[in-house]
Amino acid sequence: MPESIKNRKKEWERTTLKKVLERFPEQREIFTTGSDKEVDRIYLPEEELKGDYLEKIGFPGEYPYTRGVQPTMYRGRLWTMRQYAGFGTAEESNSRYKYLLNQGQTGLSIAFDLPTQIGYDSDDPVSAGEVGKVGVAIDSLKDMEILFDGIPLDKVSTSMTINAPAAVLLAMYIVVAEKQGVSRDKIRGTIQNDILKEYIARGTYIFPPAPSMRLINNIFEFCSTEVPKWNTISISGYHIREAGSTAVQEIAFTIADGIEYVRNAIGVGLDVDHFAGRLSFFFNAHNDLLEEVAKYRAARRIWAKVMKENFSAKKEKSMMMRFHTQTAGSSLTAQQPDNNVIRVTIQTLAAVLGGTQSLHTNSKDEALALPTEDSVRVALRTQQIVAHESGVTNTVDPLAGSYYLEQLTDDIEKEAWDYINRIEKMGGMVQAIEAGYVQKEIQDSAYRYQKAVESGDRVVVGVNKFTVEEKEPAGLLKVDPALGKIQAKKLQDVRNTRDNRKTSDTLQALGEAAKDTKTNLMPFIMEAVRSYATLGEISNVLRKEFGEYRESIVL
Amino acid sequence: MSEKIRIEIAKPGLDGHDRGAKYIARALKDAGYEVIYTGIRQTPESIVATAIQEDVDFVGLSLLSGAHNELFPRVVELLKEQDAGDIIVFGGGVIPEEDLDFLKTHGIQAIFRPGTPISDVIAFIESTRKGHAA
Repeated sequence: MPESIKNRKKEWERTTLKKVLERFPEQREIFTTGSDKEVDRIYLPEEELKGDYLEKIGFPGEYPYTRGVQPTMYRGRLWTMRQYAGFGTAEESNSRYKYLLNQGQTGLSIAFDLPTQIGYDSDDPVSAGEVGKVGVAIDSLKDMEILFDGIPLDKVSTSMTINAPAAVLLAMYIVVAEKQGVSRDKIRGTIQNDILKEYIARGTYIFPPAPSMRLINNIFEFCSTEVPKWNTISISGYHIREAGSTAVQEIAFTIADGIEYVRNAIGVGLDVDHFAGRLSFFFNAHNDLLEEVAKYRAARRIWAKVMKENFSAKKEKSMMMRFHTQTAGSSLTAQQPDNNVIRVTIQTLAAVLGGTQSLHTNSKDEALALPTEDSVRVALRTQQIVAHESGVTNTVDPLAGSYYLEQLTDDIEKEAWDYINRIEKMGGMVQAIEAGYVQKEIQDSAYRYQKAVESGDRVVVGVNKFTVEEKEPAGLLKVDPALGKIQAKKLQDVRNTRDNRKTSDTLQALGEAAKDTKTNLMPFIMEAVRSYATLGEISNVLRKEFGEYRESIVL
Repeated sequence: MSEKIRIEIAKPGLDGHDRGAKYIARALKDAGYEVIYTGIRQTPESIVATAIQEDVDFVGLSLLSGAHNELFPRVVELLKEQDAGDIIVFGGGVIPEEDLDFLKTHGIQAIFRPGTPISDVIAFIESTRKGHAA
C-alpha cells in the first residue's frame, strides 16, 4: 500500500473512526465470511493507480463521502427497513403499521391517498373514486389520531410521502405527538416536501413555484428550532427515474433540485449550516446493479462538492448526502409476478452496496394492485436476508476499487455535472421546469427505453421473452369501493362536533398571514389543525391566496 | 372520409403517473394518427368536452390509482349524454383482471394492461375504425 494512503488511514482511524466507535460500537468484535474468514472494516488500494485515490474516493465518513457517510456503515448499524404503506381508512392503515412493526420493520412510511396529497377533502367532487386507493385518507387531525393510535411517536421514526400540503400533515403529526405526551423536539421522521419533482415527474402539486418554495422555507426555519430531529425534505430522484429517466438524469435533476432549495433558503436569510444537515435524499434502485452502485457513490461525491464549494457549508453534516432508497416500481412486471422477487433482490443489493440509510422493497404483486400482507412480508424478508445472510454488510463499500465500478462512478459524475451546469445556465431548476426542458429530457429517455423493449433490443423476462400463458394470481388486495362514503361520513361528524367558530377564526388568521410573504405560516397551520380544520379547508385558504399551478404539457 | 383518425389520450383522476399515457400518445403520433394529449388530473367532464371539441374518434384513458371502475364508465356515460356515444373509449393502467368484465359491460371497448406492445393498440384502432384512413 502506498505510504500516502497508509498514513491517511492511520489518521482516519485516530479521528473520524474513533469518534464514531466511541459513541456507536460495531455490532460485533469480529466480522467473518460465511466460511469464517475474518473481514476487515475497510479495504484499500494496494497500489496507487492514478494517484487520486485520497481526493476522489477517500475514507468513509469523510469528505467527499464517496465510500459512505459513516465510517463503519452497516457494521455499526443496519439501514432502516421502512416499508411504504397505507390504504383505506386510518383504522386499516393503523393495523397494517402495527403488523409491520411486529414483523421487525424499524420505521414507518406513510402512503397517503391522492386527495390527501393534493389537498382535497374526501367529500370533494374531485376526490370521487380516489379515496383511500393509493394510500390512507386523512381529512383532519381526527384521522391522524386514529392512524397513530397505540404507536408511541417517541419510539418510531415516521416518513410521510407528502409534498404540496407537507406543512399541514407535519403540523398534524406534531399535535398528535403532543397529545401522546411526546414533545416536538423528540419526534423523528421525514416529510418528502419536494415540490420541484412534483412539477417534473410526480404530479401532486397544488400551488405555483414561488409560494411553494415559501412554504418549504417556512418548514426549514420552523423545524431548525422547534423540531430539530425532523428531516425537513426528502429530495427525490425516485419519481424522476420512475418517469423514465436514466440513472445520470436521476441524480443530476435531483441534485439540481437540491441546489434550488438551498439557494432559496439562503436567499431568505437562513444559515446554510442550520438547515442543510436535515436535508435528505431519496433514490431509486434499478436492475443494473453496478451502474446503480456507481450512481449512489457519484451522487454523494457531487453533493459534498456542491455544499462545500458552491454554498460554503462548514459543518460536515451539511455536506453528507443521506438517502432513502426504494426499489424500482417500474421494473416490476404484471407477467409472472414471482419473478419480481428476484428483481427486488438485485435492487436491494444495489441499494445496500451503494450505502443507503433506509430502504423500501417493493412487493411482487405491485404491478397488479396494492400489495397483500403476505407479499409485503416477502419484500421485508428480502431486506432481512441481505442484511443478515449475504455478508455484504461486513465491510464498508465492498465494491470500491473495482476498475469498472470506479470508472462508472467517474463517468456518471461527469455526465451529471454537465446537466447540473446546463440547468444553472438556464437560471436554475424552476426556469428549467417552466421551459419544459427537464420533462422533455426524461420523456425522451422513457421513449427510447420503451422502443427498445418493443423491438426486443431490451429483454424484459416474462414480457417480451420467456413468456407463458398465465392466469392472474388470486387474492389481490382490493380497497372497499364504499370507502368514499365512509370517509365522508366521518368528516361530517368532525365538522358537526368541532367548535366551528374557532375553526373559522384560525382559517381566517392563516389567510391573513399568507398575504405577507415574510410571515412563517407554520404556527398558523398548527392552530388551524388543532381546531380540527380539515386538510381541504386549509388548502383552499392557501389556494385562494397563492393560486394553483398548471402543468406545461410537453410531449 | 379520408382524414386522419383523431385520438384523445387522457388521464382522469388525480394520479400523476403519465409515463404510459405519454408513451402511447407519442407512439400513436409516430404511427400517423392525430393525437390530443390532455395532461394529468382531468375530470370525466373535461375529457368529454375535449373529445367533442376536438371531434375525436377514440378516447384512450390511462389511470394507475385504482379509480378506473368509477371514472372510466363515467366518461362513456357523459359521451352518450352528449350524443357522442359513437366515440370509442379504451383504457389502460394498473387494472386487475377481475375488473375487465365490469369495464367492458360499461362500454370500455378494450383495456390494455402493463406490458402490452403498441402494435396491439394500433391493431385495435385499425379494427374498430369507421371509414377513416390513417
